Amino acid sequence: MKRQRNRLDVGARIDRSRRLRFHFNGKPYEGFAGDTLASALLANGVRVVARSFKYHRPRGIYSAGMEEPNALVQLGGGASSEPNLRATQVELFDGLEAASVNCWPSVNFDIWAFNDRVSGLLPAGFYYKTFMWPKSFWHSYEKVIRKGAGLGTAPEMPDHNIYEKRHQHCDVLVVGGGPAGISAALAAGRSGARVILADEQAELGGALLGNGERIEAASGVDWAMGARAELDGMDEVRVLSRTTAFGYYDHNYVLMVERVNDHLGAPPGTLRQRLWKIRARQVVLATGSIERPMVFADNDRPGVMLAGAARTYINRFGVKPGNRAVLYGNNDHIHQVALDLADAGVRVEAVVDVRAKAVGEAVAAVRERGIEVMAGHAVGGALGKKRLRGVEVLALNEKGDGFAGDIRRLRCDLLCLSGGWTPTVHLFSQSGGKLDYSENQACFLPGEARQAVSVAGAANGVFALKGCLGEGAAAGRSAAGKLGFREVGAPEALPVAQGEAGALMPVWRLPPVSKGERRFVDLHGDVTVSDIELAAREGYSANEHLKRYTSTGMGPDQGRTGNMHALGILADIRGESIPAVGTTTFRPPYTPVPYGVMAGRDVGVLADPVRMTAMHGWHERSGAVFDDVGQWKRPWYFPRTGEGMAAAVRRECIAARSGVAILDASTLGKIDIQGPDAAKFLNRVYTNSWNKLAVGRCRYGLMLGEDGMVMDDGVTSRLAENHYFMTTTSGGAARVMAWLEDWLQCEWPELKVYLTSVTEQWATLSISGPNARRLLSELAEGVDLEADAFPHMVVRSGKVAGIEARISRVSFTGELGYEVSVATSYGLALWQAFQRVGENYDLTPIGTEALHVLRAEKGYIAVGHDTDGSVTPGDLGMDWIVSKKKDFIGRRSLARADTMRTDRKHFVGLLPETRVPEGAQIVAEYKRRPPMKMIGHVTSCYDSAALGRPIALALIAGGRERIGETVTIPLTLQGRVVKAEITSPVFYDPKGERLNG
Amino acid sequence: MLRIECPHCGARDEAEFSCGGEAHIARPKEPDKLSDAEWADYLYMRTNPKGILAERWCHTFGCRRWFNIERDTVSHEILRVYAMGEPRRESGT
Repeated sequence: MKRQRNRLDVGARIDRSRRLRFHFNGKPYEGFAGDTLASALLANGVRVVARSFKYHRPRGIYSAGMEEPNALVQLGGGASSEPNLRATQVELFDGLEAASVNCWPSVNFDIWAFNDRVSGLLPAGFYYKTFMWPKSFWHSYEKVIRKGAGLGTAPEMPDHNIYEKRHQHCDVLVVGGGPAGISAALAAGRSGARVILADEQAELGGALLGNGERIEAASGVDWAMGARAELDGMDEVRVLSRTTAFGYYDHNYVLMVERVNDHLGAPPGTLRQRLWKIRARQVVLATGSIERPMVFADNDRPGVMLAGAARTYINRFGVKPGNRAVLYGNNDHIHQVALDLADAGVRVEAVVDVRAKAVGEAVAAVRERGIEVMAGHAVGGALGKKRLRGVEVLALNEKGDGFAGDIRRLRCDLLCLSGGWTPTVHLFSQSGGKLDYSENQACFLPGEARQAVSVAGAANGVFALKGCLGEGAAAGRSAAGKLGFREVGAPEALPVAQGEAGALMPVWRLPPVSKGERRFVDLHGDVTVSDIELAAREGYSANEHLKRYTSTGMGPDQGRTGNMHALGILADIRGESIPAVGTTTFRPPYTPVPYGVMAGRDVGVLADPVRMTAMHGWHERSGAVFDDVGQWKRPWYFPRTGEGMAAAVRRECIAARSGVAILDASTLGKIDIQGPDAAKFLNRVYTNSWNKLAVGRCRYGLMLGEDGMVMDDGVTSRLAENHYFMTTTSGGAARVMAWLEDWLQCEWPELKVYLTSVTEQWATLSISGPNARRLLSELAEGVDLEADAFPHMVVRSGKVAGIEARISRVSFTGELGYEVSVATSYGLALWQAFQRVGENYDLTPIGTEALHVLRAEKGYIAVGHDTDGSVTPGDLGMDWIVSKKKDFIGRRSLARADTMRTDRKHFVGLLPETRVPEGAQIVAEYKRRPPMKMIGHVTSCYDSAALGRPIALALIAGGRERIGETVTIPLTLQGRVVKAEITSPVFYDPKGERLNG
Repeated sequence: MLRIECPHCGARDEAEFSCGGEAHIARPKEPDKLSDAEWADYLYMRTNPKGILAERWCHTFGCRRWFNIERDTVSHEILRVYAMGEPRRESGT
């Protein structure tokens, strides 16, 4: 293992006594506790860490934070592997393994780098222009392009990490733990308010961790540590480190992700990340700012870095990011960084400043150190390929928008850039706040707020430390004050030495120095100045169009370092101001968030509730295969040993038609309806009349939406004068209940009707078949089951197997049938009693599949199966159930011209040659190739044991007038064509004699 | 996510509620007397204003009661919570 050759001997926030070993692209290295993967790689002299997205150019570490466009890595392997992490944010741990994401076979020799030579073929929009023809080739292109433009590999196995979610309320949420955020949290916390301070980094301090500035007599870092200790001592204050607020929603709802154990490599069995859902009464955003680079030819060479990043590597990580440096920029920061570099032993070749008059304290200090300041100059291009070898510097003309004079070459292996600062206004913008453009700071600043939020410090365009501390404290005090918390004691004034700063001079683009050079605006997406110019020429000159056409501002870094340049260049091309061009929309999440933490613990069996009937255990023991109906588990069929589905269903159907079958019907929706206006209410929600239904009788009802379309159906019985019991479809129960409540509460509050959902309270079984009565008579007490005393559509109370029960004589199979309902806790006992007695009758448990076959043989509709929200009662041939004498929900819609068309799709039967899939299209005139006119589709299709052939139900245009015609069902994907005859939907016992048996 | 003041249960997250769309759309007393266009207007046409909208909400995962709110569709500020059946405010008041 090589020694860390770029590591400084003293200082910084790392623990040199704790060595951590790690692998990068298969090679072993060593770093220290407190390092990021990026700082450890720099310490080890690793220059090329990635290949770029499109041209596969060698790239080095560019930043020290979340804005990193180059150093994307894949962390770990197997199920826990995570792609596209920024090496600048990955905290080093012992045993860490990482690899570059976009190179093959290796980062130093990348086959795809030929793209860089042929880049003329890959301009902006190439994706849309080149690969769309011929159309059929797209599938081939896509595979190759996806591999070439890789962004790491998503793990294919389930994520075994543990995640959780937490809801939290607070008075003041402070986002950002730099000087402004700390000051805000201190001020709010001291007033007694409940405060949450969330910060992305491992420790508080923000910019202070990297810039070496001092507060009072202490270092900025010591001040931050002192503040942390004070905050930790406050009962109502919670400090969340390694926590990123990534989404700001309505009513001050903020989502944050806390990386609990990632810095330890998320050991198995520990909580990896936590999602915080914060509802804050006031929010203070102290989210800081991101440094902008400068744009010139080959500005992506490894060794080119943001000035603030270089400073951070020295001061925070004790790493010398180069040996010989040039600094280039348009503001005082490069001069401050030049001093830090010189102090760390880096040879500073020159400071290139575009400002003709570079004055101010920092500039003077640089000159004093004997470092050359090249005022009124610009870097035209970088030299070198896999590492920076030097820069070409030119003088600027008087206007500062072009070059004058000759090229001068400077040798260097580090070039530090500062093009000013872009305030991090993402969360503020997500909150609905307006942005205002500041001409003299060349950036967008928070304007008018829409929610209870304020912005402090660099995020508000206040970049100097003194201002950050003051504004932060004021924001915290004001936020708490608005909620009635008054600060105890006077606010402290923190003395900070602050020199005069010179003004910034924005330079978005300079003319090219030579032809064909590549000046990158968005390093991650490989978007150059020429790409933006081309996009504008081709008409994509609106900022949102530009973004999509060139992909500038996309990807894991979201163009944090390049967006303002893209905007400035576009404004320049259009000859308009930057605010006239405007920003693209800021959308959550601020940084990528793993799906795992969004799901939290709601995975596997906890993803969705599973509803089981009282008899579920019996079904399981009896080998039932289950069918998911909504959240319910229903037996689909009960195969005997060695029996397939078709055989089992056939056997179950034969039992129901010739002996007796038993079905668990507990999942039916059940609504208890009481009150003197109950009948009036039923009249309004069902299509048929309920005026004359006698106590003890049942009636089938059809429910429509106000649009006249069938919504649900079921049998309702009248138990007493003002007491009804409604059943709904299993899947529609909750919806129907909500629908009825809506009408009662909002439209007809004068009706005295009370609804109670009792689906879970009643267990129901249904027996059907010629032997149903004989079977039931063995268990029922006190109820006369004889046909005359207990006819079809009657309900009685009594005891069954010694249990209080409701017995209704209803049928969904067309056979003699009874439904027996008991309190849910007796459901299993009732079921078992039937099984015991049923042995003498060969009682056969049946599942939902057999039930569907049996009801289809009778032409009974299954709502949501044969109907789809576009079917009226008339379409179903069910005009007999639609009252002409009263109004009901949906009635007026049945009189609309469209619902009265005679060529609407009718519900009919089909006799297909073979079984066809449900949903299959039906044509009248078959052609060998599409298009063909489709006249309808198959809604249900089964093999009928009773008919000894496949039967189907279908919706066919004008179907009732086509009975007897033969239609065609082309099954192109299966390579077959099926003919079918249109029939009545009632295939079996059309006179309905059996259920009266 | 909105924070809605249920008149019965207090302030809760929007996830506990369902929205029933625009409020104060009474069902016509005599639908048969309406033209198709008038009926379609009742069924489908909503004002969709940029600004203050009266809406029906139901505290579905709470008390299951319906109520009205006035919400600014631009700022999402909830200006008023009032009972079902209570009249809307005159505009401008």
